[in-house]
Amino acid sequence: MPSLGADMEAGTLVEWLKRPGDCVKRGDVVAVVETQKGAIEVDIFEDGVIERWLVEPGTTVPVGTPLALITGGSPAAAATRPPPSLAPEPVTPSPLKSPPHIVSRPEGGRARASPAARRLAAERGIALATLIGSGPGGAVLYADVERAITAVAPRPPAPKRLDFAEMRRAIAAAMARSKREIPHYYLSTTVDLTRTLAWLEAANANRPPAGRVLLAALLLKAVGRALVDAPEFNGFFTAEGFQPGPGIHIGTAIAIRGGGLVAPAIHDVDKLSLDELMAQLRDLVARARSGALRSSELSDPTITVTNLGERGVETVFGVIYPPQVALVGFGTSVERPWAVGGQITARRVLTATLAADHRASDGHRGGLFLADIDRHLQSPEKL
Amino acid sequence: MKRDEITAALIEELGKIAPESDADRLDPDADLREELDIDSMDFLNLVTALSDRLCIEIPEIDYPSLATLAHATDYLAQRCGE
Repeated sequence: MPSLGADMEAGTLVEWLKRPGDCVKRGDVVAVVETQKGAIEVDIFEDGVIERWLVEPGTTVPVGTPLALITGGSPAAAATRPPPSLAPEPVTPSPLKSPPHIVSRPEGGRARASPAARRLAAERGIALATLIGSGPGGAVLYADVERAITAVAPRPPAPKRLDFAEMRRAIAAAMARSKREIPHYYLSTTVDLTRTLAWLEAANANRPPAGRVLLAALLLKAVGRALVDAPEFNGFFTAEGFQPGPGIHIGTAIAIRGGGLVAPAIHDVDKLSLDELMAQLRDLVARARSGALRSSELSDPTITVTNLGERGVETVFGVIYPPQVALVGFGTSVERPWAVGGQITARRVLTATLAADHRASDGHRGGLFLADIDRHLQSPEKL
Repeated sequence: MKRDEITAALIEELGKIAPESDADRLDPDADLREELDIDSMDFLNLVTALSDRLCIEIPEIDYPSLATLAHATDYLAQRCGE
């Protein structure tokens, strides 16, 4: 069970999307779990073959509990791998449960079926006797019932289960921990967006709406590029001290209609083209709002960017999401009198702020980092 | 496409973006972004949906014309040649 936030203790397995024997590769979605952040798709970190499930749908298990046994990948074959500081106590490989018991009752004319298959069939009103089992002795397995269900009707989308009260509790726990443990310092700078916006306007002029790029994508890319030279803002603070992130995975704060927010990661932002980044941002916002995020997106952001300018505010005073060590905030762009070359002129400017963890960096480096974000935004054509 | 059909299409697309709001009862002169809490990504999705649905081009430079329900209806009707 992946940890999808510093505060998450347990999750409920909703369904498996693969079957034992299936080959899986890194990034495949294998299961859906229900958490405080809604129904989340669990994607896998290893290549291999699914040997067996260790947890049945409907079961609530603590974070860190192995969900499946994968063979053929690297030795640690739990379904997911949380980032370092979120890692639960090392899970010692416990003796594996015996494979699902196949109920074998030839007498009385009752169909052979596994308990899980029987339960699922009962829930969906499918007569077991009508199914051809693929298990030992022709027993009907869970997967057989699933196949019968999907044959009858298209699979319904993953249930939307955003519970706003739960989400508020999750935010409260993470932010209380942040304020309790993280010695924040704050820096602010004003970025002249004239060049950036002119370039963006020209770039979008001949594109259909589906191909247009938002300022938000440029801001993310500028942060991603600046982080390449400022690794002390990208990573986690754990019991062992600061640990640099394995990549530049920017958690992007997305407001959920009706209240609450999530900050799923866009991976390797520094390596994406603007168009790729925009496509991923678009996809991420849509999935965040429909409650279909993936576990890797929630478990491994190495820094967070919040773009509260969307809501009209000029300055964001960020609260770092533990165990991360920095948060970059962007306000709205506003037209202001601005001195350029000794002349006062009207310019569109934006306030960029940094909230950073003093255990991992200091204000001098923070200032250079913010200045570097500004520098990248002045050359949008290179982003 | 008639003007009332354009209004209906606009309200329907707004409803998809802000499902919890009552787009039917929107003040025609209220700012859509503020009234429906629409951010730039929502707005881009709205423009994408409308340009596909009405088979028209909506360049970025015209976004200010879509600020309110009344203005947006005028603009789209003109684009559709009504």
